[in-house]
Amino acid sequence: MIKQNTVEKDIYLPQLATVKKAAMLNETELYLHLAMDGQPLDYVPGQFVEVSLAGIGEAPVTIASSPTFKDGFELVIRKVGTVTNAVHKLQPGDKLGIRGAFGKGVYPVEEAKGRNIIFICGGIGLVPQRSFINYVLDNRADYGDVIILLGTKCQSQRFFLDELKAWSQRSDIQFIETVDQGEDCWKGNVGVVTTLIPKIKSKLASAVIPVCGPPVMYKFVLMALQEYELPHENIYLNLERKMKCGVGKCGHCQINHSYVCMDGPVFKYSDLGVMPEAI
Amino acid sequence: MTIKKISKDAFGKFVDGLIKQQKVMGPCAKGDRFEFEQLDSSSQLRLDYDVTLRPPNRKYFLPPVETLLTCEVGGGYQSVYDDTEFVLLGIHPYDLAALNQMDQIFSRDNYDTHYMKRRLAATIIACDVVTPSKDVFAASMGTATAEAGFDVLLTDIGDSYLMETGSPKGEKLIEKAQGAVDAAAGDLEKRKNIWKENQGRLSKHKLNCSSSYLPKLLEKAYSHPVWEEKAKTCFSCGSCNQVCPTCYCFNVQDDVSWDFTKGTRQRAWDGCLLDGFTKVAGEHEFRKKREDRFRHRLYRKGKYVPEKLGTKTPACVGCGRCVSACLPDIANPVNIYNRLIDDLGLE
Repeated sequence: MIKQNTVEKDIYLPQLATVKKAAMLNETELYLHLAMDGQPLDYVPGQFVEVSLAGIGEAPVTIASSPTFKDGFELVIRKVGTVTNAVHKLQPGDKLGIRGAFGKGVYPVEEAKGRNIIFICGGIGLVPQRSFINYVLDNRADYGDVIILLGTKCQSQRFFLDELKAWSQRSDIQFIETVDQGEDCWKGNVGVVTTLIPKIKSKLASAVIPVCGPPVMYKFVLMALQEYELPHENIYLNLERKMKCGVGKCGHCQINHSYVCMDGPVFKYSDLGVMPEAI
Repeated sequence: MTIKKISKDAFGKFVDGLIKQQKVMGPCAKGDRFEFEQLDSSSQLRLDYDVTLRPPNRKYFLPPVETLLTCEVGGGYQSVYDDTEFVLLGIHPYDLAALNQMDQIFSRDNYDTHYMKRRLAATIIACDVVTPSKDVFAASMGTATAEAGFDVLLTDIGDSYLMETGSPKGEKLIEKAQGAVDAAAGDLEKRKNIWKENQGRLSKHKLNCSSSYLPKLLEKAYSHPVWEEKAKTCFSCGSCNQVCPTCYCFNVQDDVSWDFTKGTRQRAWDGCLLDGFTKVAGEHEFRKKREDRFRHRLYRKGKYVPEKLGTKTPACVGCGRCVSACLPDIANPVNIYNRLIDDLGLE
């Protein structure tokens, strides 16, 4: 016998949010500062929301702010498809729909307490990581050494420049950056993000290592980490897929048996043994 | 539980009575094939059908296209529901098994009000198979007959039907059946024989293991060459997905009115065999290779879905529709699973 649910909540119904601030971070990345019109968004680092524009569509976006940021929440959205192109036209005061936050596989904010953390970020992969990074920075005393490694394709694609500058000036964290393709005006490291790993190898042993970047990056990061023989349960991978419905039904985000929208988007490397499609 | 016997004539009148009260969907002839349609009269009803083009459980509870929400551009969203009462008459045991499975999927974890409102408004009259289709293998999947999940179960015993109730809703429904009498021991004996015969008749392809062994079999089959061999001739047309009673993947898309003031959000059937199913922004496609998509379907049916639901019944109910629908003739799950058994053995 099937049972009727007493709570008749529509899992597909977005709630309205208002744009408080919209700004381009570079040529393709839009920063949005949003506030829910009703109940504030309840989330933890690593979770994502479904962003809706009426009549245009819905797209999954991972939250860029930390829950310690109390004034609404932040998203960074790359202009790349139908929905995101329309999102880029939003102005302060405009409304959009939000569903979520979704995902039970999230960053280990509790387990990482008292431990060293090494964030490995590639390109727009900085955005989901920023939620955890800012959480750690807002609770700095709870964590050990904090190292942020960031690789960006080229200088013009870098974003959150003020924050990157502030990170590089802090003495209680180590921020190391590189770009894949160097230009004359770039004085920093040149090379992919994995070239930064040897620089911090003495810190790797017991650190919690969250990784987020484009799909192609994961295999190379894991290969680079391989030689240090780290416990796989210390490595956290953000494996975002096409989380179309966000509620474990539509099938688009499935990695083998696992629905990323339900079990992820953040997975422990040690849990991926039965998920050959993951990397 | 009540078991009544009703003559075919009286049953026709009973159905005509139902049609006057609510929508009744039943199997009708469509050319030389069959399809569930809304009935205008009991004379259209073809309970001797072999198999329908589309599975009725998906057609009525997760329709090909359905509106989930309406919205005002720049404004809010409203849920759209269809909870019109109707009778689904004549669903075969294998499709009923798929329906019961889908009920689990849409009521567990995140309760899907759109599916469930429609589901709860329906009365299910199942019907034992009279004419087996050319590719049915329900017997191998344990779905040749039905034990539960219906409001009423019909069995054709010649000049009459037996009607067994499976719920209070079913009890209430058959109270309206005039001319129905208590089934006699001999009638029940006839039905028992039909059930026994159907185990043999609904077995056009035979799985060489118990269906509950499939998750274990697939555990060791991930890198088997069969996926690439079969997928070589796959068109990625998604026909196997479209006709499958247990496929429930969907896409969600918006439509906007001509003056851009109002919109609708709709969900529509999708298929994991289709190229682009896993494509994300930036053109990255996670299951780009045809053999990976081909394997995914067989793993969903044999391993992922049953393990998710914690059931021994696979997410293939043996209707045989994919076998008939597949142009290059590579979709038959029994052939693939048997090949794996041949190569990898049992245990």
